[in-house]
Amino acid sequence: MTAKNNPNKCLYCGGCVGVCPVQAITLKDTRLVIDPKKCINCGACVSICPVGANKVEK
Amino acid sequence: MEMDEKYDIVIVGAGPAGLAASIKIANEKISVLVLDRKQEIGCPKRCAEGLGLGWFNRLEMEPKKEWCVQSIHGAALYSPNGDGIQMKRKENMGYVLERKIFEKDLAMQAVQAGAKILLKHQVISAERKDDEVILTIEADNQTTTVRTPLVLACDGVDSLVSKMLGLDTKLDLNETDAGYQYEMTGISGYDEHLLHLYFGTDVAPRGYIWIFPKRDGTANVGIGIGAYEEKTAKYYLDKWIKEQDGLKHGSIIEVNAGAIPVGGFLDKMQTDNLLVAGDAGHMVDPIHGGGIGIALEGGRIAAKHAIKATREGKYSGEDLKAYTKDWYDTRGNELMKRLKGRHLLEQLNDDDFNYLAGSITMEEALKIGNGALTKKDKLLLFSKKLVTRPGLVKIFMKYMKDDAGMPKK
Repeated sequence: MTAKNNPNKCLYCGGCVGVCPVQAITLKDTRLVIDPKKCINCGACVSICPVGANKVEK
Repeated sequence: MEMDEKYDIVIVGAGPAGLAASIKIANEKISVLVLDRKQEIGCPKRCAEGLGLGWFNRLEMEPKKEWCVQSIHGAALYSPNGDGIQMKRKENMGYVLERKIFEKDLAMQAVQAGAKILLKHQVISAERKDDEVILTIEADNQTTTVRTPLVLACDGVDSLVSKMLGLDTKLDLNETDAGYQYEMTGISGYDEHLLHLYFGTDVAPRGYIWIFPKRDGTANVGIGIGAYEEKTAKYYLDKWIKEQDGLKHGSIIEVNAGAIPVGGFLDKMQTDNLLVAGDAGHMVDPIHGGGIGIALEGGRIAAKHAIKATREGKYSGEDLKAYTKDWYDTRGNELMKRLKGRHLLEQLNDDDFNYLAGSITMEEALKIGNGALTKKDKLLLFSKKLVTRPGLVKIFMKYMKDDAGMPKK
């Protein structure tokens, strides 16, 4: 189970990187990378996203 | 860049904090490298671009017409029922900036003073070795390393460099707003010399919508809301714009987003070989979420301590501790008072906003926000204005609990 980012919605603002409690997200210049090994599926990245680009599996 | 180059100081992040720091450091003839993962300085902005005149004075910075694109003379606050309170002065009170020009201006100053800037260079790891930090950098699909005894993390809300060096800069979701903004053109129906702020639970739950005018029918139209809201910031802004006659036919020329760390500053902005400034240290006004001036000042204070550390060759967290104290003494403590103002605002419902818009003055609103009500102000506020609304009295009582001079029941 891991959070997923929709690159067609994402604006690469990095908000989710800041709130991720386990540092599973890295922001590259125009790309968001979520490390499935670190992700705990907590949904913080979903809550903060201004455009609804992140999803977690329930 | 050559492999394993060494710099006295490496700054990660070429935003206002990092660039302001680099100018000050380079002016002291200390070798400084500025790295940024992005492809353009000042872009994409995560910002509404307003900067009050007080910051220009404090920072001894001349407003330049190239990047001060609108002169601001006051503000208007609107309650959910459309009532507004307004303050407009004859004299200038600040500017709306064009940040990509402003920050490139800062970058030019930094480079002229001797700093080196590298874009599309991303730090992927940071490790300490023999009282130095080895930064591994990814650029153009290759990795390289750079060595330095002191890193300044000015890498924004998505700061990872501080975390790599053992300083937790994580944001608390409860104290973080989700921001979303359009730069729009072809819009009308608002005073171009005022900042406009719109409140209400349907408009912007736990936050507000803003119009920050730029030139010729162009403005930053944005929203900040609490991170825990069910719907996204984009949803609320799009819905609101559709209802505004002056805006709905405008065109969007830029889309911006970002998280806003409104919960007050990090308790600790240093550790061994590391100083933090700007959004990475949560250097944002806790009430309105603005951060350009604070980041510039924070960057400069960090630079002052970075210069001292370099001259003395002392880079331990203990040696660098004076930076955090200096920041709080100079600005942090004063701004932290405003955190209470935001917590108060978040508790108001639509009726409260409507009532306040019809009863308090802009001066009072600003004083509440600044945590600057005098004893006399409070007495007047309670006895004349809030007394008919017990719910509001309760909220305000809680807000002022720790203050001296609070009226007794």
